[in-house]
Amino acid sequence: MATAEGQQHPLSIYFWIWGLLFLFSAFSYATDFLPDGFVRTGLILLFMVLKAGFIIAIFMHMAWERHALIWAILGPPALLLFLIAILAWEGDYTVLTRLDFFSEPLAPAGLEH
Amino acid sequence: MAQEGLNPTADELTADGWQGIVADWSTDKQAFYVPWGKAMMWIFLLSDTFIFTSFLTGYMNVRMSTAVEWPNPSEVFALSFFGQPIPLILIAIMTFVLITSSGTMALAVNYGYRRDRYRAAALMFVTAAFGAIFVGMQAFEWTKLIEEGVRPWANPMGASQFGATFFMITGFHGLHVSAGVVYLAVVALKVLRGDYERSGNYEIVEITGLYWHFVDLVWVFIFAFFYLW
Repeated sequence: MATAEGQQHPLSIYFWIWGLLFLFSAFSYATDFLPDGFVRTGLILLFMVLKAGFIIAIFMHMAWERHALIWAILGPPALLLFLIAILAWEGDYTVLTRLDFFSEPLAPAGLEH
Repeated sequence: MAQEGLNPTADELTADGWQGIVADWSTDKQAFYVPWGKAMMWIFLLSDTFIFTSFLTGYMNVRMSTAVEWPNPSEVFALSFFGQPIPLILIAIMTFVLITSSGTMALAVNYGYRRDRYRAAALMFVTAAFGAIFVGMQAFEWTKLIEEGVRPWANPMGASQFGATFFMITGFHGLHVSAGVVYLAVVALKVLRGDYERSGNYEIVEITGLYWHFVDLVWVFIFAFFYLW
């Protein structure tokens, strides 16, 4: 954990994480060659979370901080999940409305609701 | 470091987890046992997290809600080498450049705490140089898209929201990288000059590093959501 001398850790851990970040970046790039679908989306998210986790935990030393700081910083962004959820909901509604009213072939006149 | 009288007792520091959270936050005393500059940088980065998430969430909303087809980033950001287009290659190289700079920054922090100020400053300059390369490649990417007719309000390849979100998100990130290059250069110069020799306190390198790693962190999300999705 953090001491009066600051965050001192062996260099090897940084080289390890550096290597892993390179590897996961190569994997993320490789997902671009996969066909669209749940597998590709899942892999994009998996490598994104792994890279973000390693950067925060090791490079930003969050793994060695006290819980009071960890939760004060990593807790509030959880609220953003609500923002994402309500805007996804709204976006879904908007596109359905647009397809209904502004797109002739998809919404033939007289379509019943 | 913490001022006298604010230092935690040995007992207080042994309890962590939920008991530690309560102990650290309660009884009207110092909550974060880190240098104040580090706590402030983390709080700034927290606010920046909200800004970037708002941008990316706004992007998600307009991409979901447009009835016009979204351009395929894999083709838009392809580059041709010897007549052979390689999908998304420029963005992949930019990603590797930024990760490389994050690694050199992590090493700089380590050498700072070892009070090896020449190595720490040199690594910070290398980090700043990689940052400058990144911004240069981004300028190239912007030029290419602007020449192809992409504007913040229009886009010949499909949904006009593509231009709006592209310039806003990558622009704001590029601004962060540019500011980071200046910040790194200033702190590296001060480290090299020996400004921190008297106190022997090199936590400033770690604080600068937090900012730089955050810029890399944001790019991880932009890469996944904007370029790969």
